[in-house]
Amino acid sequence: MLNRDRWREILEVLTTNWFRTVLTAFGVFWGILILIILLAAGKGLENGIRANFGSIATNTVFMWSQSTSMEYKGLPKGRRFNFKLEDVTAIRREVGNLRFVSPRNQLGGFNGANNVVRGIKTGAFNVYGDYPDIINQDPMSITSGRFINHLDIDEKRKVAIIGEGVRSSLYEMGEEVVGTYIKIQGVNFTVIGTYKKNSNNGNAEEAQKEIYVPFTSFAQAFNQGDNVGWMAITAKDGSSITQLKEQVFEVVRENRKIHPQDLRAIGHFDLYEEFSRVVSLFGAMRWIAYFVGILVLLSGVIGVSNIMLIVVKERTKEIGIRRALGEDPWSIRLQILMESVFLTIISGMAGISFGALVIYLINYVLDANGPVEMFANPSVSLGVVLIALLILIISGLLAGFIPAQSAIKVRPIEALRAE
Amino acid sequence: MGSNSLHVLKGINFSVEEGELVAIMGSSGSGKSTLLNILGMLDVLDEGSYTLDGVPIKNLNETKAAQYRNKFLGFVFQSFNLINYKSAMENVALPLYYQKVGRKERQEKALKYLEQVGLREWADHLPSELSGGQKQRVAIARAMAAEPKVLLADEPTGALDSTTSYEVMDLIQKINDAGNTILIVTHEPDIADMCKRIVHLKDGVIVEDKKITQVRASQYV
Ligand SMILES: Nc1ncnc2c1ncn2[C@@H]1O[C@H](COP(=O)(O)OP(=O)(O)OP(=O)(O)O)[C@@H](O)[C@H]1O
Ligand SMILES: [Mg+2]
Repeated sequence: MLNRDRWREILEVLTTNWFRTVLTAFGVFWGILILIILLAAGKGLENGIRANFGSIATNTVFMWSQSTSMEYKGLPKGRRFNFKLEDVTAIRREVGNLRFVSPRNQLGGFNGANNVVRGIKTGAFNVYGDYPDIINQDPMSITSGRFINHLDIDEKRKVAIIGEGVRSSLYEMGEEVVGTYIKIQGVNFTVIGTYKKNSNNGNAEEAQKEIYVPFTSFAQAFNQGDNVGWMAITAKDGSSITQLKEQVFEVVRENRKIHPQDLRAIGHFDLYEEFSRVVSLFGAMRWIAYFVGILVLLSGVIGVSNIMLIVVKERTKEIGIRRALGEDPWSIRLQILMESVFLTIISGMAGISFGALVIYLINYVLDANGPVEMFANPSVSLGVVLIALLILIISGLLAGFIPAQSAIKVRPIEALRAE
Repeated sequence: MGSNSLHVLKGINFSVEEGELVAIMGSSGSGKSTLLNILGMLDVLDEGSYTLDGVPIKNLNETKAAQYRNKFLGFVFQSFNLINYKSAMENVALPLYYQKVGRKERQEKALKYLEQVGLREWADHLPSELSGGQKQRVAIARAMAAEPKVLLADEPTGALDSTTSYEVMDLIQKINDAGNTILIVTHEPDIADMCKRIVHLKDGVIVEDKKITQVRASQYV
């Protein structure tokens, strides 16, 4: 099927009119190039947005208490309440498939008053009372010292881990941090470590200006009792927190005497749901890329089909001679289909290669100039390249089909009469 | 063929035995080419029957027809109809290629037939580098390469001067001597006289069909 004579003939036909062949090839080249670049750009956007979610465990829901909106068991509506530590144990006990349940209390916040003092330097920072698990839900890299551990919790040690942003406002450059003291709302804490968060999103600055202290020492130092400000709950891989969160809420409502239908009493933010929404957006973007790319490619394919028709027309007499000599019509069809597929694949491969080059250059520029917001590492996978190749082969066959048919349709004698 | 049909051949009853060398003559437009093309399965008949080597040729699909053309029939055309981007040898080897004969054997056979028509040294030349007579000899070699039972030639000498015509006829007579059946359409009486039987067509009917004594072309070469 693919012997030397066939190849020679294919090359013969395609090289007789170079200019025409190149122009035709350009249509397919362009189509596949656009397809590849659109897909790569989509991937770049996806990578960028995924990086924005950072390394936060995305299967996580954050919940906090608001005020009740319904009367229940004699308690009035509009009642303020707090989660309690026992809620945390109850959740752990009654809801399966949860990986982490981390209670947290918090001081300060955006634009808060100065709450931390070291010598003559002061600053306004978020101060969190946390459990050690939180480092798995909102990962950070420890740049010196260590993070909170269970001994700190059990012994209610007054220790603190500070962000690089806190360090730069409270310390001199190069000053030793671990082992020093800072005063948080009048209470002394020993600094045992510093951290850095590596998400590259907009509030990266803000994320470095936080202070972590053990949950238990926080509660004692700032008189929180067994109150819990909010919780970060992560489901195990394989189960979705979006499905589990209602069970969690039920447990808390039950414990806190909140009406089962009171949806407003507990506020929450479902990272998984947000994430899924974004992920489905990527899916839509991919479809658009395929749609646009394939439409452009289609016009290229029509060009190929057109040229093949002209080639067949020009070679009518030759085809007539070959049929008079007894060539099988399938062999003639095959020849034309192969010419068409060959032309499509060659020009498509050129498009894919050129697309790869463009992507490489974009990555090179991105690497050289540092990260750009919402865009990172555009790329196409091998799978996409294989799909593109498959599309090319199919479209080559489609492009050749009508011309191949028309080569056989005329009676040999008519073909021979052609000039 | 268009909406208004035209009866070119009107009631032709004629048969050719194996080994005959028949000249078909007649004025222009009398239907000679049409008859030959039907015999060669390049054209189809509307009515009547045609039996080739005991097989009725009717409503054959194109694949079957191609097989018959390849194995039974060889064509020689007035305008040579060589494929101009293939060398003489490749042109001769074509029918063998369509029979899926291996490359090496194909080349050997093609050279053998080129040798027979006296063009072995021209094997690598393109048709554009050959004279008319040489082209026609390549075309004859090509028609013979698949060793067909029947050779059909439509004015094979129509584009050639008389000396070259006789060379070609000499070749055709030799092929006929070897046992092949040959039909030649021609306008020229001297060419017709080199055949063994002459069929005269007029307006699509046979007006004369006679056996003659063959004039050998070799005496003029
Ligand atoms: N493609 C065609 N369409 C319509 N009519 C045709 C076609 N080819 C041939 N004819 C008609 O068929 C008739 C016979 O044509 P044919 O070619 O068989 O003649 P011929 O005897 O070979 O003539 P010549 O000696 O000029 O080659 C002619 O009257 C011609 O008008
Ligand atoms: Mg004619």
